[in-house]
Amino acid sequence: MKFDAPMGDTPIDTGRVVGRPHARVDGPLKTTGRATYAAEWHDGLPGLLHGFIIPATIAKGTVTAIDTADAKGAAGVVDVLTFEDFDINGTANGKTVKLVGGPQVQHYHQALGLVIAETFEAARAAADLVNVDYEAEAGAFSLDGVRADAKVCGAFGGPGETRLGDFEAAFEAAEVQFDEEYRTAAHSPAMIEPFASIAQWEGDGLTLWTANQMIATTVGSMASMLQIDESRVHVLSPYIGGGFGAKLWAHADAILAALAARKTGHPVKVVMPRGLIFNNTINRPETIQRLRIGTRADGTIEAFGHEGWSGNVEGGNPESTVLSSRSVYAGPNRLMADHMGHLDLPEGNAMRAPGDAVGSIAVEIAMDELAEKLGLDPIDFRVMNDSQVDPSQPKKTFSNRHLVRCLQDGAERFGWSERQAPGTRREGKWLVGMGVATAYRAALRSTSGAAVRLETNGRVTVETDMTDIGTGSYTILAQTAGEMLGVPVDRVDVRLGDSAFPKSSGSGGQWGASSSTSGLYVACVNLRREIAQRLSLDAERAEFDDGEVRSGNRVCSLLDAVAEGPLSAEGSIDFGQSDTHAFGTFGAHFVEVGVDSYTGEVRVRRMLAVCSAGRILNPVSARSQVIGAMTMGVGAALSEKLVVDERYGCFINHDLALYEVPVHADIPHQDVVFLDDVDPYGNPMKAHGVGELGLCGVGGAIANAVYNATGHRLRKVPMVVEDIIAGLPDPV
Amino acid sequence: MKAFTYDRVTSAEEALAAGAGASFVAGGTNLLDHMKLQIVTPDRLVDLNRAGMDAIEPTAEGGLRIGALVRNSDLAADSRIIADYAVLARAILAGASGQIRNRATTAGNLMQRTRCPYFYDTALACNKREPGSGCSAQDGHSRTLAVIGTSELCLCQNPGDMAVALRVLDAVVEVASPAGATRTIPIAEFHQLPGDSLPVREFALEKGELITAVVLPPPAGGTHYYRKVRDRSSYAFALVSVAAVIQPDGIGRIALGGVAPRPWASDDADAAIPQGAKAVAAALFEGARPQEDNAFKIDLATRTIAAVLAEAKEARA
Repeated sequence: MKFDAPMGDTPIDTGRVVGRPHARVDGPLKTTGRATYAAEWHDGLPGLLHGFIIPATIAKGTVTAIDTADAKGAAGVVDVLTFEDFDINGTANGKTVKLVGGPQVQHYHQALGLVIAETFEAARAAADLVNVDYEAEAGAFSLDGVRADAKVCGAFGGPGETRLGDFEAAFEAAEVQFDEEYRTAAHSPAMIEPFASIAQWEGDGLTLWTANQMIATTVGSMASMLQIDESRVHVLSPYIGGGFGAKLWAHADAILAALAARKTGHPVKVVMPRGLIFNNTINRPETIQRLRIGTRADGTIEAFGHEGWSGNVEGGNPESTVLSSRSVYAGPNRLMADHMGHLDLPEGNAMRAPGDAVGSIAVEIAMDELAEKLGLDPIDFRVMNDSQVDPSQPKKTFSNRHLVRCLQDGAERFGWSERQAPGTRREGKWLVGMGVATAYRAALRSTSGAAVRLETNGRVTVETDMTDIGTGSYTILAQTAGEMLGVPVDRVDVRLGDSAFPKSSGSGGQWGASSSTSGLYVACVNLRREIAQRLSLDAERAEFDDGEVRSGNRVCSLLDAVAEGPLSAEGSIDFGQSDTHAFGTFGAHFVEVGVDSYTGEVRVRRMLAVCSAGRILNPVSARSQVIGAMTMGVGAALSEKLVVDERYGCFINHDLALYEVPVHADIPHQDVVFLDDVDPYGNPMKAHGVGELGLCGVGGAIANAVYNATGHRLRKVPMVVEDIIAGLPDPV
Repeated sequence: MKAFTYDRVTSAEEALAAGAGASFVAGGTNLLDHMKLQIVTPDRLVDLNRAGMDAIEPTAEGGLRIGALVRNSDLAADSRIIADYAVLARAILAGASGQIRNRATTAGNLMQRTRCPYFYDTALACNKREPGSGCSAQDGHSRTLAVIGTSELCLCQNPGDMAVALRVLDAVVEVASPAGATRTIPIAEFHQLPGDSLPVREFALEKGELITAVVLPPPAGGTHYYRKVRDRSSYAFALVSVAAVIQPDGIGRIALGGVAPRPWASDDADAAIPQGAKAVAAALFEGARPQEDNAFKIDLATRTIAAVLAEAKEARA
């Protein structure tokens, strides 16, 4: 189905199943340890060997010698393979650096080879016996150092610089001018489940159990790197312990497991140790951002300029900091540009809400600062600069934009009117403040297919290569099929993450929920037709409910349709480009913080997100997405920072003790409110995802709350105690 | 993790007889991590978990003798500790996580090693890990490291909480040697400063010696405080921590964690308590040699001492 016109009424609108707060259908499997993750497919794999990655310990240079003799002689070791043993064609789709380096080293901890042993422990111990000699070269590791040479550059095929009107002239002429710079630190996805793969060959066919968000992409990557036909690659990734973008691509574990399995004739498992994740895989790069905003005296934005600088490997993408600035606030004169400098650090790539997660921090602090300069309430300032058309493409109207309602509804719920002047609210030793920020993330849509089958026992089976990275895909797909076919969720079996199933959108960019359910919707429409035909009913008028199919005065059981065997159908959705509409998800974040007036510790006290994203398919799993994202935003605002040691060209805090993500004690009461709306222009489900929306703006709201508490403005995140106490009065 | 031999022992005597060259393991919450990362590669482990030494007993002097194998959770929950040595209970509960405290032992806690990132990355120079290789932390990422008591050889911080409380309580570490002798080491001297010559010693233990107990003197009275400052609310090492016992007349004891290779305290600093936080900090940080990344710790420690003294003053009012 090509989706190119607004959706009329569908069975989904009845809302018997979709839109209800169903608990995760895969929950019991996960809480009882029966969901099999990538590293856990031991059963049925006799002779399984274990691989341990040999990492480069320089950032840039050449391997001059690699001595594996000691490792090969170590107890339990089967083989040691290095780059010299491999012939890998290119790299994984979507990645820039090679998954296996050598002799050229492209970044610290780049894989150079694999020790293969009978046990994980033996492989790990032997990896330490591999001696690598290098000829190191000087590299570029400082964003400040390469900023002057950075070039305008677009991310992921998008434009580098966009303009509308005459930004410079309008800014120059503006009655009120605002011009500040902001910095955000580099982030690691730091998901719970490490990258892990098990590979097994049968003849020339590869089976790869892995942890991956995009099954079809990974089939393509493996086939291309191994120079075999895609039909020979079977990828399975039914359960994934978090991805945050880092699992959009195949990594070193996947290719090394495949190569080692081919070489040894055994299945081989490779789990990436925690310490390699930070430097071996991908990160969200550090950014510098400049905001120039010119307004009239009344606060109307006349000129909006947002420029970003980040560094990446040659050929990589910049962090697309200005992406959402193109679409959020009004202003007839606009300049948005991303710049990229060449750095020899590990590759930066798409981590959850790429660009927007950190771009929104800078923009939302700037909006707070400017509101104060204008003497306006920050909410009023945002409301007066709302735009129902896409400000950068004024011919396009947003299909579903309720930012103003999110801000105003949130203000009411949060008690925004209690907010006091900066640095004036005190509770004992605590300085207390409130902050607000807009949340915006594009509502991307992607081709997605599914198969659905009505079994002879009346159960429904859904199959698609869609993935569930902890988001709730299993559940919303079960709900979609349940609604369309008139069966409860517990009679739907959803099978995901298998390349043998129809290609889906995969998970990423918060497009998965809407795209994959829309593809399944089409498959269900087709199956309803099959069922109706079998029952000699009019498919267009038939109502599927409670295990029955009703049309006119006829009532049939679903079982009647499958008396002679199961019925199945496939379907897929495609989305054209719209000339008339822009698609986005919107929200408002509210945060109250306490700042310890002695120590500068910031502790979040309350958080509220009000979101508008079309139909919410499942309010429980959607809420989980948003509160998880809000938590990630707390990390970005207050603690998460990959620290570059420029002497060694690496992120030196490469463990979870020194790269601090929030813990439970950091996360207080979180409220999430979804506006009751639908977006018929978006897709057949009239729904959008929220997994990235929940992150955008959070850091800005926290920074604004910290300012409101202390009266001291910080323009870089994370805001750590030394930054905070620098602006606090002496308590002694 | 390199292959190693593993022996279980059922008494301190057996453990000592197992001889020098073996590494003792109890909770394993630090050592096993280091073995997995190949930071240490012992040939031989002697498991103390069945060796007794797990009681908290009153001493003739009116104090408490805490067996080396008493788990951190049990120690923090002991009613005598809570009543008379509250700073110790609070310090323990400010550290690690519930699961780790359930495993970690009193002696093991004292023996925990630095959290310096250069100690943890085996590809980089570290005099602690590899004597003579150098100290990558100098001019490196030193935000969490020590500002005083360091040398050109090492910037490590002692990451513990429990030992900081033991410092203000004047605890004594009881040690047995393979020869059958026992001796005591004041907590103030247990953790070593790196000094100017290799190797960088961390503990005042001789080869083969075994910690058998930690002895607390009779209760000091006063009001007890443990204030730990960190980037997140839990499960993080101290940027700075302050242990304090303040008496009704305003005098007392203070020790700092997170700023030095050992819990950091001095008589001069204690004597300055009535003059306030700045005077205390001035005494504590005399001769400090902070790095660019961690110079803030001196200001942060001063402010945290001020917070504790303000709370103590309020409690006395």
